[in-house]
Amino acid sequence: MLEQSCYDLADRCIAKHGAKPSSLIPVMEDIQDELRYLPGELLSYVAEKIGVSEAEAYGVATFYENFSFEPKGKFEIKCCDGTACHVKKGIAVIEALQKELGLGKDKHTTDDMLFTLETVSCLGACGLAPTMMVNGKVHPRMTPDSAVALVRELRGEES
Amino acid sequence: MGVMTINGRRVAFTDEKNVLSVIRKAGINIPTLCYLSEMSTFGACRLCMVEDERGKMFASCSEVPRDGMTIYTNTVRLQKYRKMIIQLLLGSHNRDCTTCAQSGDCRLQDLAHKMNITSVPYHDTRDVHPIDTSSPSIVRNMNKCILCGDCVRACSELQGLGVLEFTRRGADALVSTAFDRPIAQTSCVNCGQCRVYCPTGAITIHSNVDEVWEAIGDPTVRVVAEIAPAVRVAVGDAFGMKDGAGVMGMIVNAMHRMGFDEVYDVTLSADLTIMEEAQEFLERLSENRNLPLMTSCCPAWVKFCHDQYPEFEQNVSTCRSPQGMMSAVLKEYYRDPENSQGKKTVVVSVMPCTAKKMEIRWKRNYTRGQQDTDIAITSTELINMIRDFGLELGDLDPEACDMPFGLGSGGGVIFGTSGGVTEAVLRRLAPNHSKQLMDNIADCGVREKKWIREFTVSYKDRDLRICVVSGLGNARVVLDRLKAGEVQYDLIEVMACRGGCVMGGGQPVILGRTPRDARTAGLYRIDNNESVRKCDENPLVQNLYKGMLKDKAHELLHVHAADETR
Repeated sequence: MLEQSCYDLADRCIAKHGAKPSSLIPVMEDIQDELRYLPGELLSYVAEKIGVSEAEAYGVATFYENFSFEPKGKFEIKCCDGTACHVKKGIAVIEALQKELGLGKDKHTTDDMLFTLETVSCLGACGLAPTMMVNGKVHPRMTPDSAVALVRELRGEES
Repeated sequence: MGVMTINGRRVAFTDEKNVLSVIRKAGINIPTLCYLSEMSTFGACRLCMVEDERGKMFASCSEVPRDGMTIYTNTVRLQKYRKMIIQLLLGSHNRDCTTCAQSGDCRLQDLAHKMNITSVPYHDTRDVHPIDTSSPSIVRNMNKCILCGDCVRACSELQGLGVLEFTRRGADALVSTAFDRPIAQTSCVNCGQCRVYCPTGAITIHSNVDEVWEAIGDPTVRVVAEIAPAVRVAVGDAFGMKDGAGVMGMIVNAMHRMGFDEVYDVTLSADLTIMEEAQEFLERLSENRNLPLMTSCCPAWVKFCHDQYPEFEQNVSTCRSPQGMMSAVLKEYYRDPENSQGKKTVVVSVMPCTAKKMEIRWKRNYTRGQQDTDIAITSTELINMIRDFGLELGDLDPEACDMPFGLGSGGGVIFGTSGGVTEAVLRRLAPNHSKQLMDNIADCGVREKKWIREFTVSYKDRDLRICVVSGLGNARVVLDRLKAGEVQYDLIEVMACRGGCVMGGGQPVILGRTPRDARTAGLYRIDNNESVRKCDENPLVQNLYKGMLKDKAHELLHVHAADETR
């Protein structure tokens, strides 16, 4: 069960955008911005309030890669595997981070909820390939070693 | 208005909404997998592509007809593309055709056959999805889904539910429920319209045929069948007869041959339903209580009301459905050892409806803690049984139903179409059975060709405001208006499927045809042929009220706990 504050948040987002079907995506975005994920129960709640079927809301949420039903870690790492990053050995960076964080194809977030690692198709910074982004900040020309060092640094700051 | 040239021939058009309709009007049945005239245009399957005189191709379902258009529907290039589309669909389709319930009635199979496709050069790389058998009514096998979206639109546009939806994207796209829950855990009402519109075997009827054969094969069991009104005008479709042909007598003959010990007619219990419901209606009118009265024959509607409009649940009649009443009466009859002769009785209902499979499980329909209807099968399953047994329906002579429960009035027969229940109620309230009066009732608006029919009839010193609605999406419109106080009624008849039970989710589906009008006309034809058209004049009904139902009418004919529909 979600805390009441989550439902209050949903109510605020719905009030902001209006209780109408076309508010679905903006409301979902606002909730995800705030909680860093989109809890399923909250999606059902929003769907009923704005008058779309639960299945339709689920369809929209699963269509866009950006929405996640799983809580994300404090540091959201997006590693680019677009064309430029790929030819500049972006995969090696991703693999090194997966090994360092104990993550894989089906596990994206560390158990301590510190890191979430996602592979994305392009960050729009191809000149800086291979790139990765941590909580919105772009880190250019990564190597497996520099990526691991960055993660260790972030972890150090936390503890 | 205008004229276009199709394959070199001039074709006039008037208000056709798209080029596809003009082409079909011209007698050329170009294939489609996602086009349904009663729903929004989706334009996904691309099979209806045509070419203009400059070689430009477009989807004819999504193009407005223009005067002077020149199009070709079957050029070599189009043939090649259409073939490739089917091959691509087959490439990502579970092709276990020999063991597929839909085999023979599958539109994809039909097209592959017609286009002479003998090989599929693509491999299926999709994940295998588990088969959802959670529902008593339908089975969903998404490995056979071609993503045409027909079920999605049937569920949201026709039925106003939106239980099924496209989820995910690209190669992972999947028609699913919210959070991929089993369909039985959603607000699905089991109407089966998704199955009617599914062109492949992705959604099929949850078959109970094996249980029926088991019961027939057991010598200690008496298998008693009851046949719903709408079944008699649909089963013939599958045996090459004219749409809407009345084949009740042949069905009875076939069922006797297959080993059913007794075959009865649900039109009898439809008559009982009217006796009870008309009385309930008059009581509520005089007490001005829980009006409008809403009908309770359709389980999909009853569940819809329970799930979506709980505030109106008290308006729904407490009458059991005709299936519920018939089975309760049959079981009561065989409780008497003199009648049961030491045999166990299994009641099998033959219904046009997938939701009936759900209804038989509702505890509110139980009598003394016992389930009255043991097995509910659909017309489609009955057709399978007849074929399995090796009978050709058209070769059989008509036989009458057995006694003492084999006779219903014409009012019971028309239960199978939208407006029929209301018409039967009006006949019950009518002071006599003169032909003039019966004709006047038929003309009062109850048979109008509209999904939402509204009309007023006089009864004694007052006007009765009546609404007849079919299709749950239309029912939603009516209930929302009622809620907002925009309309007022005394009686609302709701059937979940558009046109009523004749188009139920368990009826046979004929490729490329909508036999709604033919089946409805078929029922009216049978009704016209009945000597007894008022339920209260049915001698079996009179006997039952003097005998078995004397002090058990409430126990056997009404539901007892109104709150439970799962």
